[in-house]
Amino acid sequence: MPLLELDNISKTFPGVCALDGISFDVHSGEVHALLGENGAGKSTLVKVMTGVYARDSDKSNEGEKSTIKFCGQELSVLELASPANVQKLGISTVYQEVNLLPSLSVAQNIFLGREPKKFGLIDWKTVRKNSQILLQRFNLNIDVTRPLADFSVAVQQLIAIARSVDMSAKLLILDEPTASLDTKEVETLFRILSQLKSEGLGIVFITHFLDQVYEISDRITVLRNGRKVGCFKTSDLPRTTLIQHMLGKELQELAQREKPDPLKQGVEDLRDAHLRLKNVSVGSTLTNINLDVPHGQAVGFAGLLGSGRTEVCETIFAITPHQSGTMVYNGKVCKFKNPGQAIAASIALCPENRKSEGIIGELSVRENIILATQVREGWWRSIRKHKQQSLSKQAIQEFGIVTPDAEKPINQLSGGNQQKVVLARWLATQPKLLMLDEPTRGIDIGAHVEITKLIKKVCAEGMTVLVTSSEIEELVAFSDQIVVMREGKQVAELSGNDISEANILAEITNA
Amino acid sequence: MHNTSPETEIRAEKSEARLPIFPRRLLWPLVALSLLFLVNLLISPEFFHLEVKDGRLYGSLIDVLNRSVPVAFLTIGMSLIIATGGIDLSVGAVMAIAGAVCANLMVGGVDNLFIVVGGGLCAGLVAGAVNGGLVGYFKIQPIVATLVFMVAGRGIAQLINGGQIVTFQNANFAFIGVGSAFGLPFPVVLLVGVLLCVHLLMRKTALGLFIEAVGCNPKASYYLGINVAVIKFFVYCLAGVLAAMAGIVATADIQGADANNIGLWLELDAILAVVIGGASLLGGRFSLAASIVGVLIIQALSTTIILSGIEPKFNLLIKASVVILVLLLQSERFQTQIKTLFAMCDPRDRHNVGRELDGL
Repeated sequence: MPLLELDNISKTFPGVCALDGISFDVHSGEVHALLGENGAGKSTLVKVMTGVYARDSDKSNEGEKSTIKFCGQELSVLELASPANVQKLGISTVYQEVNLLPSLSVAQNIFLGREPKKFGLIDWKTVRKNSQILLQRFNLNIDVTRPLADFSVAVQQLIAIARSVDMSAKLLILDEPTASLDTKEVETLFRILSQLKSEGLGIVFITHFLDQVYEISDRITVLRNGRKVGCFKTSDLPRTTLIQHMLGKELQELAQREKPDPLKQGVEDLRDAHLRLKNVSVGSTLTNINLDVPHGQAVGFAGLLGSGRTEVCETIFAITPHQSGTMVYNGKVCKFKNPGQAIAASIALCPENRKSEGIIGELSVRENIILATQVREGWWRSIRKHKQQSLSKQAIQEFGIVTPDAEKPINQLSGGNQQKVVLARWLATQPKLLMLDEPTRGIDIGAHVEITKLIKKVCAEGMTVLVTSSEIEELVAFSDQIVVMREGKQVAELSGNDISEANILAEITNA
Repeated sequence: MHNTSPETEIRAEKSEARLPIFPRRLLWPLVALSLLFLVNLLISPEFFHLEVKDGRLYGSLIDVLNRSVPVAFLTIGMSLIIATGGIDLSVGAVMAIAGAVCANLMVGGVDNLFIVVGGGLCAGLVAGAVNGGLVGYFKIQPIVATLVFMVAGRGIAQLINGGQIVTFQNANFAFIGVGSAFGLPFPVVLLVGVLLCVHLLMRKTALGLFIEAVGCNPKASYYLGINVAVIKFFVYCLAGVLAAMAGIVATADIQGADANNIGLWLELDAILAVVIGGASLLGGRFSLAASIVGVLIIQALSTTIILSGIEPKFNLLIKASVVILVLLLQSERFQTQIKTLFAMCDPRDRHNVGRELDGL
């Protein structure tokens, strides 16, 4: 008997059918991966399971009935009415963005809302002790009395998972839990998942990392455009078939690295550097960064989380202006004071954190696309409405943004489509230097290929591109030059034939 | 939000090219205002009586408009400040300062109307700049920063007035409060002019969009190159000047500057008007038109209560109840519940409705 069984679930939003008659089930003691491209309906399905969204009511004339069964019992609409109710039933969810309270201590977060009591008062000693024991299971030896915000996103994510598991969940839903974790942390997480699995927990696992899917999952369900493509045993499904199911077409070419053309390289040497950093330092986060980027080159920044990749981009873009050293851009020494000045010099940055630094949620897709261009034009010269519409329409077509129309608030789009809007926004300003900080984070494989192609295309047009990414494979695919960062220092530069996954990995791990 | 199929696309494009004349947000405040008028139609039809005397319109409707002017000025500024995610508690006190400055200039022998009015507006600008500086550049929480001026401002006005109510005789200045133009009271004409200017400034330039962007997501706005501090500084300055205008109108109306009572608690009316207009105090989208409708609701309500002959002791209670009703009307959850209730009366749908109610 399945632990959770969904049958014939549909969900429509105005203008978009997000789920169309989906069936899905999870057994106890299995990891069931839910895969699909951006906007395929993964998140919507999870939100239906967890009571965030109510599924569409039955169409009585067609005689189809949608049901959600948990432990063999059919759940009524009332039981699914709120996330709190569903959690009480034993279904816990950990989202990609950590949903805890950053200013409370780790222990307070873990026991929030279910604090052990002693004489009617909260027994803080037990709270601290139990939190410590719980986290030790997760190989986390941290001071549980410190505020949550003191720890990295990865640690916060593990804490969130620990909290969910501790609330004696029967079913654990993990929505992109590994997006912000590094390799070691993923290992820890998987070890714990296996342990939970053997204890009889059902786990629904959503991710974009196919390696991880094959490592941990027992079954795979693939969604595409709100429909179920199929449910497969992981061991029976070859990787290429899986990708084909996800994309719905034969995958012609996964981006291949072109061999550097010696002739082209010779020409590049003659050209002036477009961007040159000399001994650039910012406090203790960046020390002595030296960089030489010719026009039209793609530079990849590799390194672990917190190695200083993001900080390099933010320094160039003057979000944290450099304190010492010089930056030469277009042959001139520049010291921008704020991002506005960097934008005026035709620099663009797609930030790492899409939700808090990228999109402006309440505003429409159109407004989000034209904003950067508008900032360059200045507040006085408003872009005319019909020009705004043609710009956004063009972007929606060019980038394949899935939205019913350009006036939809951007926070109603899926993550990948939001990222495309942010990319479209910056390309509309026709930048000379484009920086992409983790452009493919939380994005499916189809969009990966698209973005890789896009980077190659804009480089060919003469744009200089700086990309940071945790995915080395991707960096290798398009970079002309790779800078490996560790602890705020640049530890190696690779170019030409030296660029390979093995070399980069060796440099990252070399102490 | 429309869903365009290929056939209707061309038509939709044309209609989209125009500014939305009737934003959805305006709907519920307008419904509330109409209901209020309907009540008047039933209990006191003379509410709608208009007559022309000496080339100027008179009647309760005109009174409502005229009395709304000071709060309306404050509300324009407050809408923009709330759109950036801030709040300004000091505008009532700024009214008092501006009134005191004007009155004392006139008592001190300045006859030039431009200098008198200019002096008052400058006082408002300075106050707004202090608020904007504290909020924009020093990142002090708006409610704290402006609370300081709310308390201190009235003290400053009293100091300027020397602890007295300063009265003056100046026909030109008094015209701002009691004169008439185009058959309407002059304050109403002034308000319409200023409202139009601010609207054009917001919607014909990109300023309105930047303000909304800053309110929705200040961090992303900064990453976009918007100078968040300057935008915030600007809206507080503008609100200061508008508050000074309100103070000048109120002072000219009674031909005296009363530092203790001018604009007292009006900042709360202004905030309420913005909220009735459907804005979120967390910042984001704003609609000047909806906020002004909010002002009219508050003022029409006061007039209605007086006209209806209900004992004055019930006034505040009734006002509060109506405000709660208006806010409920705008709540999405309340709307769906009402809809299901109405649908229940329809026998064909009864089956489905029962299920929906389960979900609520």
